[in-house]
Amino acid sequence: MIAQPVLEWQFGQVTGITTETPRTKSFRLALPKWIPHRPGQHYDVRLTAPDGYRAERSYSAASEPERIGELELTVELIDDGEVSPYMHDVLVRGDQLEVRGPIGGYFVWDVTLGGPLLLVGGGSGVVPLMAMLRHRAAQRAQIPTRLLYSSRSPDEVIYRAELDALANSDTGLEVDFTFTRSVSPGWMGYRRRIDSSMLNEVVRPLGKDVRAYVCGPTSLVESVANALVAMGLPAERVLTERFGPTGT
Amino acid sequence: MFSRGFSGRRRSADVEKRLPPGQYLTTDFPVLSAGPTPHIALEQWSFTLEGLVKSPVTWSWDDFLKLPSQTFTVDISCVTKWTKLDTKWHGVSVDRLLEGVEVDPAGRYVMAFSEAGYTTNIPLAELVNGQAFVAYQFDDKPLAPEHGGPARLVVPHLYFWKSAKWIRGLRILERDEPGFWEALGYNMHGDPWKEERYTGD
Ligand SMILES: Cc1cc2nc3c(=O)[nH]c(=O)nc-3n(C[C@H](O)[C@H](O)[C@H](O)COP(=O)(O)OP(=O)(O)OC[C@H]3O[C@@H](n4cnc5c(N)ncnc54)[C@H](O)[C@@H]3O)c2cc1C
Repeated sequence: MIAQPVLEWQFGQVTGITTETPRTKSFRLALPKWIPHRPGQHYDVRLTAPDGYRAERSYSAASEPERIGELELTVELIDDGEVSPYMHDVLVRGDQLEVRGPIGGYFVWDVTLGGPLLLVGGGSGVVPLMAMLRHRAAQRAQIPTRLLYSSRSPDEVIYRAELDALANSDTGLEVDFTFTRSVSPGWMGYRRRIDSSMLNEVVRPLGKDVRAYVCGPTSLVESVANALVAMGLPAERVLTERFGPTGT
Repeated sequence: MFSRGFSGRRRSADVEKRLPPGQYLTTDFPVLSAGPTPHIALEQWSFTLEGLVKSPVTWSWDDFLKLPSQTFTVDISCVTKWTKLDTKWHGVSVDRLLEGVEVDPAGRYVMAFSEAGYTTNIPLAELVNGQAFVAYQFDDKPLAPEHGGPARLVVPHLYFWKSAKWIRGLRILERDEPGFWEALGYNMHGDPWKEERYTGD
């Protein structure tokens, strides 16, 4: 058993907020007791009301561990939610946000684990996958990698510009989008939910030795993970993270 | 220090007193598991009590269904922060299962083991006296694979990762050993009321 550090709560100062899409924002926090995370790990966020009432939620690190001292979280707004509307509508630069982490040692990838690497994400499920891609880029790793990313529509794609730039500058990385509700005019790519034939096309160039990370709403994770196992990938190389409830 | 501008979403006092610290009420049933959901053929399923017992015992699916069973209505809390109240299960209490074996007095801990290698550790004393059961029905229906079907352990007074999905047996041990999540930084015990989420909590 690897010795696990005891996780302490700490206040991070919000140093920047970026609107990624109409429904997602990224928050950069300066952490006084920052320690490097493994891409895929998450932090817990804790909000405390003046009377001591508390709410906690988990958010994946979006940043790469090479970004010393800083943690970036990307949060999708859930309209009737408790924590995500606070983050979106109340939190501003300079505020203090209480967090602890990094947490979780299962859904993690770093360059020492190698590849080929298949990343499949739906909606905000792309966040931990982005930490993996950013880490891979920071390490200048050539590990063959494909990201298959499902969104409802093009304006809901998080990190679009950065993903395009990464894919353009790196021959080892390919990014495929699929849209389940609407596409932009002239779109030639996928326009349906992820299915076996799409996964086959994406996995084929990587081969069956691929290490797969699947993250998103439960319905997407269930169907993608089942399809990958049915294609012959060993179940222990299909790692999953299910966000939130039964999904979209 | 409190969070500027945060008042929180309050529940009625009756509900709030049933929510452990840091937990929120959910009415749906989120799915959390490591890896793909195994789909297990009932003819291949079995349940075994082994380890520090006089002679291990294994039940087939059909035999398991013949064991005296009960309905349990319990509140459950997941370490990912949701709590679900009054969930209704049907299955066999661990007390009934243990009647089938003679446990060595040195056996004080249990490693629950599942299909696909998942494990989790629980003190034996926290599985007995009606505290835990192996469930094969949820809400009067067969337990769905994504929720751990055909059968899962349910230990409602501990965080729900202790309620091993796709359970295949219990191994009685002398010493406490970490299971799957416990080796990855999650708490060895996992009491939601003490907020024992991670190592050292
Ligand atoms: C390990 C882990 C990592 C996570 N990482 C991220 C992340 O990087 N970014 C991120 O945005 N979220 C992430 N989440 C989800 C996050 O923890 C919260 O569940 C989410 O922000 C909703 O919290 P809330 O308080 O706003 O809504 P709540 O008050 O919890 O929920 C309000 C209502 O919305 C529903 N709901 C909750 N979540 C969703 C959802 N995702 N889609 C649709 N309906 C929902 C609930 O069932 C409820 O009815 C992660 C969850 C886990 C377990």
